Amino acid sequence: MNLQNIINEIETVDPEVYEKLDTRRSAMKSFANMGSKIALAALPLALGGMFKKAYAQTPADVLDVLQFALTLEYLEAEFYNRTNAAPGLTTTLTGAARTAYQKIAADENAHVTFLRNTITAAGGVPIAKPTFDFTGGGGSGTGPLSGINSVFVNYVVNLAVAQTFEDTGVRAYKGQAPRLINNNDALQAALQIHSVEARHAAHIRTMRRAYAEANGGNANAAIPAGVTLKPWITLNQSGIADPFAAFVQGSYNGEELTTQAGVQTTSIGGQTYSAATASESFDEPLTKAQVTTIITPFLG
Amino acid sequence: MKQIISSPPVKETEFISKYGMQRRNMLKFLGASAAVITIGSSCNDDDPIPNNGVNLGTGDTGVLNYAYALEQLEAAFYIRVTQSTSTGLSTQETAYFNDLMQHEVIHRELFKAALGSSAIGGLEVDFSSINFSSRSSILSAAQTFEDTGVAAYNGAGKLLVSTDFLALAGKIVSVEARHAAAIRDMVSPGSFAGTTDSNGLDPALPPSAVLAAIAPFVKTPINASGLPTS
Repeated sequence: MNLQNIINEIETVDPEVYEKLDTRRSAMKSFANMGSKIALAALPLALGGMFKKAYAQTPADVLDVLQFALTLEYLEAEFYNRTNAAPGLTTTLTGAARTAYQKIAADENAHVTFLRNTITAAGGVPIAKPTFDFTGGGGSGTGPLSGINSVFVNYVVNLAVAQTFEDTGVRAYKGQAPRLINNNDALQAALQIHSVEARHAAHIRTMRRAYAEANGGNANAAIPAGVTLKPWITLNQSGIADPFAAFVQGSYNGEELTTQAGVQTTSIGGQTYSAATASESFDEPLTKAQVTTIITPFLG
Repeated sequence: MKQIISSPPVKETEFISKYGMQRRNMLKFLGASAAVITIGSSCNDDDPIPNNGVNLGTGDTGVLNYAYALEQLEAAFYIRVTQSTSTGLSTQETAYFNDLMQHEVIHRELFKAALGSSAIGGLEVDFSSINFSSRSSILSAAQTFEDTGVAAYNGAGKLLVSTDFLALAGKIVSVEARHAAAIRDMVSPGSFAGTTDSNGLDPALPPSAVLAAIAPFVKTPINASGLPTS
């Protein structure tokens, strides 16, 4: 097998092959020293990984991910902007809670600006901000979160929806990251947003728990009885009670996983762990289709 | 104080065989047949292994070992916290620390299992700068470990070639970010995302910066020279 011949052949159809492989140059060099360690038969597989990174994702993929991310950020930013301006929440969203919401709003609005600029720089046209329906009615304005359950009137419902948006955002970015593996800048930026969404999610969860403890328990915070709400996700529990439980469950299904990379995480390293603990240790991705299903009720 | 975690640092002779088998476990983890691999019998003379240190290795294996090293450090720290009888932490905080300890040990063990014989040995840690009877000292160290861990994963994603490994790292980093936010809220309520820049982005650090940040807590020399840079 002659590696150079293969690359030369590719060059005849793609003159930029060397450029695309450039980031893997160190890996190329290392092949010279690997002969004593691995058989030639293994080379195609290793080489395949290299080309996979160079060719698997097109600029269109990257732009698609960025536009999808922008949609989510529009949703979150609009939610917090309108929450912070809502007359119906002035007596309930106060003090440290309001300060936290302002901080989160600032982050989400910064994400919108950053993604718009990134999309433009990548040669795309940022999608316009969609019309939203925060009643969850898909544009009807009469969804399950209307009337006394409006997020702009009912602080407890607002917190539950904020948690759902943040936890969903974490899972959405996680699901898209592999599509960016060929674009280092886009991938790193997505990861840098991803972890911020997780910080937000953790804090909203902390706020909900604190609210329950200060206001007579879970029943008054839309947290199911017997649930200890933590900054991390336990099994596939939303920690959100009826009548909203079914509405948000799609954001939590699949989080109960206790097998990672083929390894059972409830029994690992000679120790056993509860399924709850094992599931908390990892957040799970959602596909673009799953996320779209989740946010569609909020699109007008 | 110092303590040995997981297992003693590997001896050079053990490391040679480990290093030679590196690809095998990578491929096994990826679901490919290990049968196509032949095991080398010699160590590359250009790549000396320090007697008392670990070499993270190259490629995705190196990046996974880098993550494994960080998880070892975090796990050892939280184990030490949960062994302390006078932390000054509240009941709820103590329960959270117990969760963190278990999460980090599970992360550590998962990387160890995924790396197989390519895994570096147990790192020797040095927590002499931490007062495990002081709530503020514990929280300060925890914040350093968690924020650094998040920045490390954020910076390491682009170093990976395998989408499977990237997905795995992604599953872990957001839990680390949840930890970081929880710890920050214990240190100073409302500081959960005090790390973001003007674009609303969390930091991303290269391995060199991360290893420098954790150096005061790690006795075992870590050779990261083989890690990819992009």
